[in-house]
Amino acid sequence: MTSGTTVRPGAQTPGRAGSYELRKHSPLYRRRTRAAWGFALPFVLLFAAFTVGPVLMSLVMAVTDLRSRDLRNPLAVEFVGLDNFVAVLQDPLFRKAAANTAYFVLVGVPLALAISLAIAVLMNSGITRFRTIFRVGYYMPVVTSIVAVAVVWRFLLHPDLGMVNQALGWVGIEGPNWLESTTWAMPAMIAMAVWRSIGTLIIIFLAGLQGVPTSLHEAAALDGAGAWQRFRHVTLPTMRPTILFGAVITGIGYVQFFEEPFVMTQGGPLNSTLSVAFHTYNQFGFGNYGYAAAMSYVLFVAVVVLALVQFRLLGERDTPRKPRRTLRPVASKEIGR
Amino acid sequence: MSTTTGRASRPPAEPAPPETEPPESRRTKERPIGEARPNLVVYLILGLGLVVVVSPFVWMAFSSVKTEGEIRRVPPTWWPETFTLENFQELFQRLDFPQYFFNSTLVAVVVTVGNLVFCSMLGYVLAKADFAGKNLLFRIVLGTLMIPGMVTLIPLFVLIANMGLVNTYWGLFLPFLAAPFGVFLMRQFFLAIPDELIDAARVDGASESRIFVQIVIPLAKPALATLGIITFLGSWNNFLWPLVVATSEDKYTLPVVLALYSTGQNQINYGLLLAGAVVVVVPVLVVFFFLQRFFVQGVALTGIK
Repeated sequence: MTSGTTVRPGAQTPGRAGSYELRKHSPLYRRRTRAAWGFALPFVLLFAAFTVGPVLMSLVMAVTDLRSRDLRNPLAVEFVGLDNFVAVLQDPLFRKAAANTAYFVLVGVPLALAISLAIAVLMNSGITRFRTIFRVGYYMPVVTSIVAVAVVWRFLLHPDLGMVNQALGWVGIEGPNWLESTTWAMPAMIAMAVWRSIGTLIIIFLAGLQGVPTSLHEAAALDGAGAWQRFRHVTLPTMRPTILFGAVITGIGYVQFFEEPFVMTQGGPLNSTLSVAFHTYNQFGFGNYGYAAAMSYVLFVAVVVLALVQFRLLGERDTPRKPRRTLRPVASKEIGR
Repeated sequence: MSTTTGRASRPPAEPAPPETEPPESRRTKERPIGEARPNLVVYLILGLGLVVVVSPFVWMAFSSVKTEGEIRRVPPTWWPETFTLENFQELFQRLDFPQYFFNSTLVAVVVTVGNLVFCSMLGYVLAKADFAGKNLLFRIVLGTLMIPGMVTLIPLFVLIANMGLVNTYWGLFLPFLAAPFGVFLMRQFFLAIPDELIDAARVDGASESRIFVQIVIPLAKPALATLGIITFLGSWNNFLWPLVVATSEDKYTLPVVLALYSTGQNQINYGLLLAGAVVVVVPVLVVFFFLQRFFVQGVALTGIK
C-alpha cells in the first residue's frame, strides 16, 4: 500500500489519462510501471518467497541427495544429477502408486464428468422448482472438510455398522468390507472423490448450458430430433469447451489424489490405495527430501501431460494451437453472464 | 437409504435468489419445444441423487446425538432412539476444543484478509494498468495454479523451519497470504469495470491509491465477498499444512485434531469423533447456506472452486 501512495503518476497528468497506447520508454509509461509495481509488490514478495522460491528450491533438491539430517550441515549435500529420477522410476512402490493413480484418474474423471453433466442437463431441462435446493445440496460436499467427511464415510463404509452395505442388503447384495479389501478400497475412494467434486462441475456445466442456443434446440426438435439426439448433436458439441475446462481442472485435482487415502486408508490395504502424491508425502516423512522432490516433479509432469492429452482429445479440432489459450476464454466468457 | 429420512435431510429451504426463479415468460421460452412439461421423472432422478449426496451429512448429524452403544449396534439405525448431548459435552470437557476453534478462526481470518488485500491490488493492476512486465507476471502467477502442492510442501517446510516459525501462528498462515487463485478471480472481475470510471477520477486529480480505495474497491464488493468466503473456507478446511507445522496442542486447528484422533493410534470413542466432525462441518454449512450465491459467482467468474 505504502509504495502505491508514493508514486502518483495519474495525478500529475490528468489531461492525458485516457491515452492507453503510450509509447514504451516515455516518462509517463515508466511512471505508470512504477506505480503498478507498487500495487503488485506486496503480493509479488510473498508469492516469490512462498511459492516461486519453494518451486525452484524443490527442483534443486531433486538433483541432490538431500536428506533431513543434512539440513544442519548443507555442505554434506552432493549433486547427483538425475539419479533421483532414475531411482523413482525404478522404485516398485512408485510404479504401484502410479498405476493406482492412473486407475483413480481414468475412472474417476470421466465418471465425475458424466454424472455432473447428466445432473446439469436435467437441472436445465425446464424445471423451475427447487433449483436452488438442488444446487446447494449437490455443492455441500465441496465446502466441507475432508477430514470430517472421512470420519463419516468410514462409518458408512463399515462392513457391519455402515449404511452402504445395509442399503445394498435391501436389494440382496452382500457388500464387501470396502476399506479392507484390495479390490474395493479404490472404488470406494473414487466414489468419495466423485461425491466431492460434482458440485463444482455442475455449476460450471450449468453456466455452459446457458450458452447453448435455444434456437438450435428448437430447430432440431422441429426436424424431429428426440431428447437424446438433441443432447448428442446440439448440447454436446456446443458444450465442448466447457467440458474440456471441467475435465482439465478435475484432472489436475485427481492426479494429485492424496487426501482420500491419507484420511481413509493410509494407502492400504497392501498399498492398493497408495497414490503418487501420498508416496511422495511418505518419503518426505522418512526424510528423503531429494528423492521426494524428484517424485513431486514427476507428478508435476504427469499433471501437465494429462492436461495436454485432454486438450488433444476434447479441444476443438480446427485450431491446432488452441491448447495454450483455451483456459482463459472459457472463464472470461462466463463473466459476461 | 430410506426416503423419509432423506426428505428430512434437505437443507433448510431458503428464499431462492431472484435469478434462479425466472419469470413465467422466460420460463416458457427457455423450455425446448420437444418437452411438453418438465416432468416428474426429472424431479425424481434429481431428488434421488440429492438424497444420496446429502445423506452422509444427515447420518452424521443424527448419529452425533446417539449413545455410543447405539452407534455400534448392528444393524445400524437412522433415527436416534435416545437423544443425548453427551458426546458434545465430553468433547468440550476432555479436549481443548475452544482453543482449536480459536486457532482455526484466527488463521482463517488472517489468511482471508491477506488475500483480499494483496490479490485485489495485483488483480487491479493486471486488469487495468499497462506496465512493463505485466504479461510475464500474469503468466507466472497463472502457471503456478497447475503445480501440485507436493512440489512446494517440502521446501516450504524447510523454509518455515529455517525462519524458526514451526509451531507458531505465523508459520500457519504466512505461506497462504498470497494465493494465485485470488489474483485470477479479482482480475476477471476488474476487467468488467469500465475504464471511463477510472479515467474520470484521474481527470479529477485523484491519486492512483485513492482511485483504488475509494472507487474500485467499493465496486468490487461482490467479488471480494466471493473471494473472502472461498478463502476462509479453504483455510478452515486445510489440514495438511497445519498437521505438518503445528506440533503442540495449543496450535492445533480443528481438522488437525480430528485427523489425529481419527487416524492415529489414540482411538477415542465413535460418538466423540462424530461430534467432532459435526463441530467442524456445521459452521461451514451454515455460512454456505446463507452465502451460497457467492460460491456460484466465484465458480462462474473463474471456473475454479
